[in-house]
Amino acid sequence: MYRYDEFDARFVTERVAQFRYQVERRLSGELTEDEFKPLRLMNGLYLQLHAYMLRIAVPYGTLSARQLRMLAHIARKYDKGYGHFTTRQNIQFNWPKLVDVPDILADLATVEMHALQTSGNCIRNVTADHFAGAAADEIEDPRPIAEIIRQWSSLHPEFSYLPRKFKIAVGGAAHDRAALKFHDVAVEIVKNEAGETGYRVYAGGGMGRTPYVAHVVGDFVATTDILAFLEAVMRVYNQSGRRDNMYKSRIKILVNALGPEEMRRRIEREFAEIRAGGTLEVPAEEIARITDYFAPPAFEALSDVSPEFEATREADVDFRAWSDVNLAAHRAPGYSIVTISLKPIGGVPGDASHEQLDALAELMDKFGIAEIRVSHEQNLVLPHVRKKDLSAIHARLAELGLATPNAGLVTDIIACPGLDYCDLANARAIPIAQRLSERFADLKRQRDIGELKIKISGCINACGHHHAGHIGILGVDKKGVEFYQLQLGGSGAEDASIGEILGPGFGEHEIVDAVERVVDVYLERREGSERFLDTVRRVGLEPFKERAYAAH
Amino acid sequence: MANLPQILTANRLRDGDVVYWRGGTWVTALADAEVFPDDAAAEAMLKAADVFVKGREVVNPYLFDVRIAADGVKPVKEREIIRAAGPTVRVDLGKQSRRYV
Repeated sequence: MYRYDEFDARFVTERVAQFRYQVERRLSGELTEDEFKPLRLMNGLYLQLHAYMLRIAVPYGTLSARQLRMLAHIARKYDKGYGHFTTRQNIQFNWPKLVDVPDILADLATVEMHALQTSGNCIRNVTADHFAGAAADEIEDPRPIAEIIRQWSSLHPEFSYLPRKFKIAVGGAAHDRAALKFHDVAVEIVKNEAGETGYRVYAGGGMGRTPYVAHVVGDFVATTDILAFLEAVMRVYNQSGRRDNMYKSRIKILVNALGPEEMRRRIEREFAEIRAGGTLEVPAEEIARITDYFAPPAFEALSDVSPEFEATREADVDFRAWSDVNLAAHRAPGYSIVTISLKPIGGVPGDASHEQLDALAELMDKFGIAEIRVSHEQNLVLPHVRKKDLSAIHARLAELGLATPNAGLVTDIIACPGLDYCDLANARAIPIAQRLSERFADLKRQRDIGELKIKISGCINACGHHHAGHIGILGVDKKGVEFYQLQLGGSGAEDASIGEILGPGFGEHEIVDAVERVVDVYLERREGSERFLDTVRRVGLEPFKERAYAAH
Repeated sequence: MANLPQILTANRLRDGDVVYWRGGTWVTALADAEVFPDDAAAEAMLKAADVFVKGREVVNPYLFDVRIAADGVKPVKEREIIRAAGPTVRVDLGKQSRRYV
């Protein structure tokens, strides 16, 4: 894992002291709320529906057991006993008191964590594939370059007051698990024909009220040139991005106004200039130094077939169901990647109690697992688990209520906090996720349906990624009443697409039935092993529309 | 159509808790809030709340519409109903958790 160097440690400590002083000045009246608000947002502190909300960065979604314990401590001491993992691999606490926040940040700094770059018009916390360093299909671990981007972006004077927020994601495999094409900028690690590793760079993706799939703006950027290239993208955005209208100020609007070709031309021009200067060339030894922090654990030489694993699969039906669904192929023989579902049937997607966080830290220590990951799908991931340990790990997860066998299935639903917590929301999202999860609870039915990603947002800002849902649900307010629009055919993976709206919204008590009817159409019309998404793409919206509104 | 009655609300600066105006002070329960029957009275109180903003007691004061029913005051918007109670998905949290204590 990355460890803070002297600079990082001093920087974070100074920022805690600075914020403590800012809070004091706010409480003494030296700062007005208008003056204080941008300062608190720079430290991840929002004022939400019921209380303040603190959003803590989990860079590239990686946490140690020690950090997990600190999050449990914060939940217990300063909040109401739980945290909420978000679609940007962060964690949010929903009830902190303003007067406690400096102490929370000081506690976080002791475990090399902070809440910087989780809000405001800056380059936000860089996200990455949650299977980084573990996936069998990976070219290279995306986290070293994510860390290099973090270091470059954190204090960059040109990027502190961007036209709007800016989200960067990094992926290292052909299978996109990081929703790359829905980011302002994305970096995909690729290999060229000569077998060299480089970066394909995308720009202009995004969700919100104007969703776009990103365009490729750099086909193969050399490793040492990546910061020069990204700086070129940022310069074009900073110079030409709109600042007069917040709804038109993201880079996606600029890319699509200029057209991808003109955007590429402008980026190339800036890139050539920056590159000629040579100051942003990333030294190979620095890349190597950062990469060392992310070196995989020393994998034991194991057979890929584990008799212990196979015996438990044979004997324990629950384990078999869980291991069928929640395990992914690991690069090392005898190891697995474990998805810990934070989507219990009827539960709140992404919530974890302080007891669960502490118990997971203990589990990690017991089995020598150094890291846990936060996924943008609001689950946790144990990246390096010996297959022979899976039986014991599953048993413990089951005791903790963390062994729901639904990764990637219809009940593994993304939902934003919605109107239950969020000041911007128009409708609740979590209760819809809960009702859907209860409706589709039957595991046999879930397995029969197969991969189906439902994503729910409580407003057009799309924190619940509804545009990228195979089934997307958008909550809207119609004269004070919550309504829910259905979208079909979105994808956040390598086959990225934006879902199409099916028709008028459904009431709170109609939406679950409507989704079920849509799923029924899929089950009737699918061919072979076709996923829900493939069927929608093949047959179009009409059959789904007809049925969804049949009883409306 | 006549305008609906209104309630003045804000968040407490120190801890963010939702508060409501009642007779020159701030209370934490919607049921205790003062209801302003007309716009003029409501707007006057919103202006008066500025003293409490300057005094660092509250932030972000605003007015919202309510209806008076037999069982009490009910906000028109779902947002204010949830804000007055707590998350509908965690009835053990927020103001609703203290209702019967």
